[in-house]
Amino acid sequence: MSVMLEARDVEFSFGQTPALRGASVAVEAGEILAVMGPSGSGKSTLLHCLAGILVPDSGEILFDGARIDAMAETERSGLRRDRFGFVFQFGQLVPELTAVENVALPLLLSGVRRRQALPRAYDWFARLGLDGLERRRSGELSGGQAQRVALARGLVAEPQVLFADEPTGALDSLTGEQVMDLLVGAAREQGTTVILVTHEPRIAAYADREVMVRDGRVNAPDRVAS
Amino acid sequence: MSVPLTLLGLLEREPSHGYDLKRDYDAFFGRGKPLPFGQVYSTLSRLARDGKVVISDVAPGAGPDRKRYIITDVGATEVEQWLTQPVDPEPHLQTVLFAKVVLALMLDRPAAEYLDTQRSAHLRRMRELTEIKRAGGLVDALLADHGLYHLEADLRWIEMTGARLDALRKEVRP
Repeated sequence: MSVMLEARDVEFSFGQTPALRGASVAVEAGEILAVMGPSGSGKSTLLHCLAGILVPDSGEILFDGARIDAMAETERSGLRRDRFGFVFQFGQLVPELTAVENVALPLLLSGVRRRQALPRAYDWFARLGLDGLERRRSGELSGGQAQRVALARGLVAEPQVLFADEPTGALDSLTGEQVMDLLVGAAREQGTTVILVTHEPRIAAYADREVMVRDGRVNAPDRVAS
Repeated sequence: MSVPLTLLGLLEREPSHGYDLKRDYDAFFGRGKPLPFGQVYSTLSRLARDGKVVISDVAPGAGPDRKRYIITDVGATEVEQWLTQPVDPEPHLQTVLFAKVVLALMLDRPAAEYLDTQRSAHLRRMRELTEIKRAGGLVDALLADHGLYHLEADLRWIEMTGARLDALRKEVRP
């Protein structure tokens, strides 16, 4: 398999506070990688650098061989819109839009016409067990339902990489595992690479491999042990 | 808890008499279940028979002669292998994991690396159980969940211990 996304010796500070101190990690195409670590270890910052949301102070971020960190903001923005998908801890759905409009949003932002985008969005409702909820707004959905809608939104444009930052952090255990089951199933079906940030071992166990972030550096114990 | 390996680990720290070994074992690992003297000496005899310890000197006293034991290269290698290899992930490992961490700190070994290796072994087993859950029916899922929750408890302990290694080092190596 080829490397889809890679951080090389990345450093990043928030003001005077270092968050990443030479973090390196590589993710293969189609791989589901869990990024674990205690609070404040730098795991979310690493995800934001890998996704081109933050630009490292030094080091390199490569997506499919191209240097994201060297791209202009407009180019990185296009990459995030067209090639990447996102799921966050709290679904962060747009409250004014219906569930199906939320799911269609990445397609609409990419220039897909509404009459083509909405049917594609509707398809996801059956797939994720959300039948009948298409016209609801986020305030009318349970936490688990909202997170499944967020997952559909993250995957509807068939991104090459899905970034999931504590996607089950706000859910109870059973609902969280149902969301993970759907996430892994859909990602495998589409061949999507997944970067899953979590501090929960049971959620990390859905991934192919885990790395630990500690004090802004990445340890890959699996590779050391093997 | 592996008594022979724990005693060997204590001996790697420094040559000791059986009495000292029992005292340290009870202080660090016994916790309400002291090691009987008989078991200490029978274990040391077996270790000596297997070439893992030797008797360095015998000091006569009022009671039985006091033998001082020294770990051999064979014994030290066994301790090293035991500390380095992760334990098969299964529920209720706290005593053996605890013994490994304390001994690693006593012997100035990389306890954090051992914990990382153990975490990795646990997560590997959790991935297997998660796959069983995803592929099987409800009964499989519930059985897998039982194992997963116990392994998760171990992992939480590993995280907490990892965060307190510096403090624990001061406690076991005054």
